Amino acid sequence: MKNHVWRPLFVVIAIVAGILTFRFFYVPNDFGSGKYGFMYSYHRASNVGEWKAIEPKYRDTGRQHLHEYCLDCHAGTISIRSEDMHGMISCENCHGPALDHPNEPQKLLIDRSRDLCLRCHTHLPYTTSERKRIPGINPQEHNPGMSCVDCHDPHNPRLEDM
Amino acid sequence: MKRRDFLKNSIMVIAGASVPLSALQMVDPKEILAQNPDIHWAFLIDTHTCVGCGFCVKACKIENDVPLEANVSRTWVERYVFTKDDRRYIDSPNAALHGYTDPRIDQGIAGMVDIDPENVGKAFFVPKLCNQCLTPPCTQVCPVGATYKTDDGVVLVDKKWCIGCGYCVMACPYAARFFHPVTHVPDKCTFCYHRIHQGLETACVNACPFEARKLCNIRDVNDPVTRIIMTDRVGILKDEFGTRPQAFYIGLATEVR
Amino acid sequence: MMDMAYTVHGEAWTLKELFVLPNEYVYWSIQIVMYPFMTGLVAGAFVLSSLYHVFGIKRLKEIARFSLVFSLALLPVAMMPLLLHLSQPLRGFHVMMTPHFTSAIAAFGIVFLTYGSIVVSELWFVYRKHFVLTVMELKAKRDRTSLENLRLNFNKILTLGAMDISEEALEKDHKATKYLAAIGIPVACFLHGYAGFIFGSVKANALWMTPLMPVIFIMSAVVSGIALCILCYVVTQEIRKFMAKRKMSRWGKDPKAPSLEQLQGAEQGGVAIASNYLLYFMIGAVTLEVLDIIFRGYTQVKSWDILGTVIMERKFVSLWIMQFGIGNILPFIMMVMPGRTVRRTVIACILVLFGVFMMRWNIVIGGQAFSLSFAGFMHYQLPIIPQDWETFREGLFGALLVAITPFVLFWGINKVMPVFLDDKGIPSSVGSVPNGAKASPAVD
Repeated sequence: MKNHVWRPLFVVIAIVAGILTFRFFYVPNDFGSGKYGFMYSYHRASNVGEWKAIEPKYRDTGRQHLHEYCLDCHAGTISIRSEDMHGMISCENCHGPALDHPNEPQKLLIDRSRDLCLRCHTHLPYTTSERKRIPGINPQEHNPGMSCVDCHDPHNPRLEDM
Repeated sequence: MKRRDFLKNSIMVIAGASVPLSALQMVDPKEILAQNPDIHWAFLIDTHTCVGCGFCVKACKIENDVPLEANVSRTWVERYVFTKDDRRYIDSPNAALHGYTDPRIDQGIAGMVDIDPENVGKAFFVPKLCNQCLTPPCTQVCPVGATYKTDDGVVLVDKKWCIGCGYCVMACPYAARFFHPVTHVPDKCTFCYHRIHQGLETACVNACPFEARKLCNIRDVNDPVTRIIMTDRVGILKDEFGTRPQAFYIGLATEVR
Repeated sequence: MMDMAYTVHGEAWTLKELFVLPNEYVYWSIQIVMYPFMTGLVAGAFVLSSLYHVFGIKRLKEIARFSLVFSLALLPVAMMPLLLHLSQPLRGFHVMMTPHFTSAIAAFGIVFLTYGSIVVSELWFVYRKHFVLTVMELKAKRDRTSLENLRLNFNKILTLGAMDISEEALEKDHKATKYLAAIGIPVACFLHGYAGFIFGSVKANALWMTPLMPVIFIMSAVVSGIALCILCYVVTQEIRKFMAKRKMSRWGKDPKAPSLEQLQGAEQGGVAIASNYLLYFMIGAVTLEVLDIIFRGYTQVKSWDILGTVIMERKFVSLWIMQFGIGNILPFIMMVMPGRTVRRTVIACILVLFGVFMMRWNIVIGGQAFSLSFAGFMHYQLPIIPQDWETFREGLFGALLVAITPFVLFWGINKVMPVFLDDKGIPSSVGSVPNGAKASPAVD
C-alpha cells in the first residue's frame, strides 16, 4: 500500500514547480548581479540602458563651456560679459531648458519674474555666507510690485550702465 | 574634463601605446569606454560658495520630471542659522525650489520664526543630493532587485520592476529617496545618469552659478575635481552608518546631518 | 506640469514640525502596523496549537484545533496589509520571482509559502478523516442536489484520493501532524522573527535598530496569538451555548449535538492553561521591551537626544499609558489575581491584544515620529474618511478591512473544516449513516 502521508508534499512540490516554471518565463534573462555583487547590484541589466536613453532637457554643455550651446546661434545678438557676475549664470536658468529648440519649442519661455532675481538678491543678514557678496534688497521696500527687468538689464547688470 | 576629457586622455594613451601594433585600427570612443570600465562618479559640494538660490533644485526637477510643486525633490538645499545665544534653526522650504527669499525660518507646524539680524552668529547653506554610497543600504534592502548600483557607481531605480514597498526609502539615512507622485515608485537622484554618460554635466551642476556643485570621475586623478577631493580636507555625511558616501563636502559642520 | 497640485505619498497624513528633511514623510503607516500585528497573530495561534500537538498538553486539545484553523484563516490576512501598502501591488509577486535575499522582505514569499504549506498540510492530516467521511456520506445518498454534487467533488479533491481511514492510516495522520507541528514552531517563529528583523535591521532608524527587535517581535507575537485564540475560542463557545439554549441550527434537529450542560464550562480547562502560557510570554516580551528603553536611556548615544523626547514626552501616552499600562500591566494584574474566571481572562485578553497593537503602533509610527536630521518631528494623522484610494488603503478603513477579513475567512473555512468536530459522533460504518451524523459546522 502506498503511503498517503506524502500526498500534501506532492501538492506543495507541484505548486513550487508551477511557480518556478512561471518564473522561468517571466523573469527577464538579463537579471543578475553587477560589479558590486549580489548585495548592492542585483538588477535587470537593460534598465541601465533605459536610464541612459532619457533625452536631456538642459542643453548647456557644462561649466567649462558655459553658454556655448546658445551662443552658437545667438552670439550675434547677445553679449554676455564674462567678467560680470551674471556671466556665471547658465542661460537656461532664466530662459528655461532648451529641449529641442529651435525646432521644439520654437520659442523658450523666459522667466522674467521678480522671484527669479530674488533667489539671489534678497538681502539676508548672513555675514558668514557667500550671500554677503551679492547685492541684496529688501523685496518689501525695493520698488515692490515692479519687475526687476523694468530697470535692470539681466545681461548687463552693472548699475553704472543702467 | 569629465568624460569628455577623460575619453580624450584615454584615447591618447591607448592610441599611443597601440600604435606599433595596430596603427591602422580606428579608435572608437565607445569601445575604449567598454574596455575601460574605470569610471566612478563622485560629487563635490562646496558649502562655502552656496548662496541658496535654489537654481539647482529647479533645474533638477525639470530635467528629471519631478513635478515642481510636489513637496519632494531629488536634490535640495538646507539653510542653517545659528544665533549668538546658541539657538539653531534649520529649514528647507519646498526643498529650496524657489531659493531663500525670506529671512524667517520655516519650522513647519510650529510656524515661521523671525530672527534678529544682529543675533545671527553663523549662517550657511548646504546643498544635498543622493550620496551614491559605496555600500548603499537602500539597494541592500530592496526585496526584488529593483534598485542597484551601476558599475560606474550610481544608484538607480528600476521603475518597471519595483513593487513600491518603500523599504529603500526607510533604509536611506539621508532621506534622499521619495515616492514619485506620478510613477508611484521611489525616485532619487541619479547624478543625471542620462546626461553624464554622454559627457554632459548634471543639471544641478550646470545650473549652479557659484560652482558649489561639481561632478567628477574619482578614478581619474587628472580630473581637477578629483584632485580637490584627494588634496583638500573634505567630509562626508553621517559617517557612522558605514555607507561610504561618494558625495564629498567642503566646509561641513557637525550640525549638518 | 507646473500648475498641477501633486500630493506626495505620505503627505496626506504627515505633519512636520521644526526641521524635517524635504523627502521625509511617514511612509510606513497603519498597514505596516497591521502587518506585524496580523503575522504575530498567525504565528501565535500556530504556536498555541503546537503546544498540544507536539508537547501533548491534553487540556489544550479543543483550543488547539481551533487555533490551527484560525491560523489558516489569518494566513492570507498576514499578506493583505503588505499588498495594501505596496504602491505597485500588482507586482507584489516579484518577491517570488527575483528574491533579493539581502533584504529582510525578500524572504517573505518563501517563508510565507513554507509556513502556509505546513499549516495546510497539518490541517489536511487533522481533517482527512472528516473529508473521507463526508465523501462517503454524500456518495451513499441516492439523489443528490447539484449543490451536494459540488460538495462531493470538492471534498473528493480535498482527500487527495487518500480514502483509507483504517486505524493504522489514522495513526500515520496523527504522527504526521505531530511532526509538522514540530517543524512549524521554528518556521512560525522565523516568519515573525524576521518581521522584527525588517525593522531591527534598518540602521537609518535610531529607534528601530536593535538586535532585540526580532526577539521582542516573536514574544509579543505569541502573546497576541494566544490572546486572540482564547478570546475567539470563548466567544465561539458562547455562541454555541446561546444556540443550544435557543435550540437553533443543529441543536434543533440533531439529538447528538452537545447539550447545554456539556457545553457549560467545557472551555474552562483549556482557557486556564492557555492563559498561563500567555502570562509567561508576556513577562518575556515586556522585560525585553523595557530593557531596550532602559539601555538606550542609560547609554545616551547621540540619538537619545531626540529618542528621549519621543519616548518620554511626545509618545508618553501611547507608550507608557496605553501600551504598558493598559495593554500589559493591567491585564497582567487581572490574570494573576486569585479567583481568575473565564470572563476576566477574556477581558484581559482584549487588553493584551490592544497592548500588542499599541506596541506595533509605537514601533512603526514612533520610529517615524522624528526626523533623520534629529532636528524635527513628524506627526502621524490616521486618515479616517477616505478621500481617495490612497487614504483608504492607508487609512482607518483599510485597517478595519484587514482586521475583519480573518473572521470572515474563519467562518468560511469552518464550513469545510468544522472546528468543533465531535469524534464520537462519527460512525465507523458508512452504511448506517444517520441523518446529520457528520458534525456540522458550529456556527451556521
